Amino acid sequence: MRYWKTLALLPLGFALGGCNLVVLAPSGDVAAQQRDLVIIATVLMLLIVVPVMVATAMIAWRYRQSNQAATYTPDWDHSTQLELLIWAAPLLIIICLGAVTWMGTHLLDPYRTLGRISADRAVTPQDKPLEVNVVALDWKWLFIYPEYGVASLNELAAPVNRPLDFRITSSSVMNSFYIPALAGQIYAMPGMQSRLHAVINKPGVYRGFSANYSGAGFSGMRFAFHGLSDAEFSSWVEKAKASGNQLGKPEYLTLERPSANEPVRYYASVDSDLFRAILNMCVETGKMCMSEMMAIDARGGMGMAGISNTLPLAYDKFAGRGAVFGAEPSFVAGGVCLPGDQVTRMAEDSSPTVLAPLDWTPLQGRGLDRPGLMRPSKASFIPLPTSKSNS
Amino acid sequence: MFDTANLTKLIFGRLTLESLPLHEPIIVGTFAMVALGGLALFGALTYFRLWGYLWKEWFTTVDHKRIGIMYMVLGIVMLLRGFADALMMRLQQAIAFNGSEGYLNSHHYDQVFTAHGVIMIFFVAMPLVTGLMNYVVPLQIGARDVSFPFLNNFSFWMTTSGAVLVMCSLFVGEFARTGWLAYPPLSNLSYSPDVGVDYYIWALQVAGVGTLLSGVNLICTIVKMRAPGMTMMKMPVFTWTSLCTNVLIVASFPVLTAVLALLSLDRYVGTNFFTNDFGGDPMMYVNLIWIWGHPEVYILILPAFGIFSEVTSTFSGKRLFGYTSMVYATVVITILSYLVWLHHFFTMGSGASVNSFFGITTMIISIPTGAKMFNWLFTMYRGRIRFELPMMWTVAFMLTFVIGGMTGVLLAVPPADFVLHNSLFLVAHFHNVIIGGVLFGLFAGIAYWFPKAFGFKLDPFWGKMSFWFWTVGFYFAFMPLYVLGLMGVTRRLRTFDDPSLQIWFIIAGIGAFMILLGIASFLIQIAVSVLRREQLVDTTGDPWDARTLEWATSSPPPAYNFAFTPVIHDNDAWWDMKRRFYARPLTGFKAIHMPSNTGTGVILAGLSTTMAFGLIWYMWWMAAGSFVALLAVAIGHTFNYHRSFHIPADEVVSVERARTELLAAGAKS
Repeated sequence: MRYWKTLALLPLGFALGGCNLVVLAPSGDVAAQQRDLVIIATVLMLLIVVPVMVATAMIAWRYRQSNQAATYTPDWDHSTQLELLIWAAPLLIIICLGAVTWMGTHLLDPYRTLGRISADRAVTPQDKPLEVNVVALDWKWLFIYPEYGVASLNELAAPVNRPLDFRITSSSVMNSFYIPALAGQIYAMPGMQSRLHAVINKPGVYRGFSANYSGAGFSGMRFAFHGLSDAEFSSWVEKAKASGNQLGKPEYLTLERPSANEPVRYYASVDSDLFRAILNMCVETGKMCMSEMMAIDARGGMGMAGISNTLPLAYDKFAGRGAVFGAEPSFVAGGVCLPGDQVTRMAEDSSPTVLAPLDWTPLQGRGLDRPGLMRPSKASFIPLPTSKSNS
Repeated sequence: MFDTANLTKLIFGRLTLESLPLHEPIIVGTFAMVALGGLALFGALTYFRLWGYLWKEWFTTVDHKRIGIMYMVLGIVMLLRGFADALMMRLQQAIAFNGSEGYLNSHHYDQVFTAHGVIMIFFVAMPLVTGLMNYVVPLQIGARDVSFPFLNNFSFWMTTSGAVLVMCSLFVGEFARTGWLAYPPLSNLSYSPDVGVDYYIWALQVAGVGTLLSGVNLICTIVKMRAPGMTMMKMPVFTWTSLCTNVLIVASFPVLTAVLALLSLDRYVGTNFFTNDFGGDPMMYVNLIWIWGHPEVYILILPAFGIFSEVTSTFSGKRLFGYTSMVYATVVITILSYLVWLHHFFTMGSGASVNSFFGITTMIISIPTGAKMFNWLFTMYRGRIRFELPMMWTVAFMLTFVIGGMTGVLLAVPPADFVLHNSLFLVAHFHNVIIGGVLFGLFAGIAYWFPKAFGFKLDPFWGKMSFWFWTVGFYFAFMPLYVLGLMGVTRRLRTFDDPSLQIWFIIAGIGAFMILLGIASFLIQIAVSVLRREQLVDTTGDPWDARTLEWATSSPPPAYNFAFTPVIHDNDAWWDMKRRFYARPLTGFKAIHMPSNTGTGVILAGLSTTMAFGLIWYMWWMAAGSFVALLAVAIGHTFNYHRSFHIPADEVVSVERARTELLAAGAKS
């Protein structure tokens, strides 16, 4: 009888064996610790769940109506000892689990720098983290490597056993940056920076994607994450450098326009202020950076003058703005000087002026074309002279 | 300066011929079927001259029992729509592999999953839960009706109006493509300029009025209208859970209303509450919507817990074990449900201490929930369990819900959530608790109280078919999703690039198909039961040998529920009465004061629908006109002085005599 049961479970074992349970078998130390927590928590709960399920089945069977031999006590409805047990047993489990949670949450806080490379290797001062700036665009991922001055689209590479320091933002809507084999996810939000510290321990190619629905092209918002040896990583950087593509602000403004299923692309050089400008939502020339505005506000703001310090908006990320009863679309103009100013713009504006749309009809609708329905006022833009990468 | 384009815009706002989804063959086909079905129904109602009957006896009724039944019908009809969406998703995800785009483009697919979530929560689970509470609570506490009968009718029609708006979006324009909670920035005008999100906002706002008012109504009813002797700690557990649920509704729905109002201000008048720039903060929306959203899941599950308590005790032939701890567990859950909302977005980066706090409060909720589970278990212990349909659903619930509860606590551990958040593991978890908890509870409740409402039991054969298809189908449909979640597959994907995932989606699709058979069996069960009502008839009013007060009156109960208000001595009031050889009073009947029917609720809700439609499509004349009419009708209604009537004593006498004869005939046979 017992053999039959084992046999019956075999297909399930094969089915599960054939698939890659990446969450339970990750290749990065952070994800491995998170996996350990998943398992500890599950085992702790099974301590109470299994007895409950068994007891349910047994009691339901034993006290069925046809079993007249079983005891029947229609008025028995209270027992202080049992009450104590049924409140205390879950409480004990939750106390254990709560302690594990408190420690685990603090140790695995994505904002916290790594303490170890792997279970048996602590981080030493020689392990300089690799900073990667991540931008979730509609609908692709941009990775900027400030240390090397290169960038890549829809492909991420990192050397194994080197701490990674991701700074994550988004250009328009919320996404979630997730590489299951590496570490847990964290949201990518416009105008905000989230952080993630992680390390990859085994070389290989892993899946990365957005784990938060972000619109029409969401399903294609995938990238490959390459865990490489140091030598391979160097040649990866060289490959990017050899690509010859530039990523300045004008190129970025073209790149951030919605598109789906973009091929992998490399950039040999990146505007060093680009990420901070994206984060502060002031890639467009003439727009005040959030950091600038916050600095002004921190000194008490500009009072009534601030109200008129706006410019009519030529476009805002190619999207329709301006509600039906709202004011004309506008944005806060940059370049306001305060006396004794420490407030600086995000970057010197050496880039060419951002070109206005050719078609000035109000832009309505962000997104890909709706099938079967022509959008008449899809604005076309003057091709940017320096843009080689977006032909 | 009157050109046609401007005039058209003035009259039709944003509505153009292009808004009709004529280019989507699936929708055109659906529309054709709905239109044909609707025409057939309309024709049949006209042919059999049923419009007057429906209007007088049902649409304008203020009887809580009929309103309860109408809520149930609404919920079941919308279940068909919501489930059709589910099947479409399952099919798309089962075939969109190896470069295939599947059969749904993103514009359609993204609406489908949004509509599925919105419909299932707001227009299936909520009406079914509200319907059962409406039907059962006044009977359980020995009341003649709810506190505000007209408001009850109005609430129902507002909920229906919301459902009508959602259905409307299928054929006129489109629904939101944002996911069921419409997070900004995606739901802002910048990224969703079309009518979809406006449909979403106004459908929920209109239905929300209904839900909120019905919450107020039921709280008043439970607090003020209990039969003499029924102290708070003698209320049936279902009434207790209903009270807690309605407290949750009244405390949390205004938050939803406010957050949707802020979103609509962003979309209509250009404010910047949730925009990316000008100081807007989308994270605030996420917080606010979950401050409503988390209590919402307890709004759904608590009444189901109440149903399981009634069913377990009745079919075990035994008093409910640990009544007091059951009540306290319910109240503790009610309070704690406000302290856990952040667990829906640990991944937003709130910091370790905040995340741990909300993780641990979430785990604490599992303590009272676990206590409830044990209480049901010990109620069955040393009982005489009759495995009728409601009890089968209850046992299936106990076995299924513990799995969902376990995965829920797992997701409450923030680092574990980082790897499982938004994955199909999460999808499997909440379906596990909503189907395995709420829906199984509703089916148990329907099977349990159906004989009370209609005077005959539901056909057991088709009921068991439905039960087995649903439970087995559930496991086939959602266990693969747990596996997929552990494989790192996220939700709301339309296409896949890893072929090894496909088998799991196919298994899940088979499960969904089995659930389809379960739903079909349920509908067949109702049809067969109506046809076989002579064989299934119950003349006693107490077919299950039950314990609470609703079983003391006839099935179906007379309009006035109880000719004499009973006096309560025990929390199992009817069990206690039976034990004391309670004799029904046969004389001394008096005229009974009852509320009159009114059509105002239908009219107000209809005007709300047109107002919402006008606002969605920027047809300002329609919105303004409807609003003015709404005010006029509401004020006009206050001048209606014919709000109540008396059921004459003679009629009460004859109704009660008929019941006496029925009982005598039943006793003889």
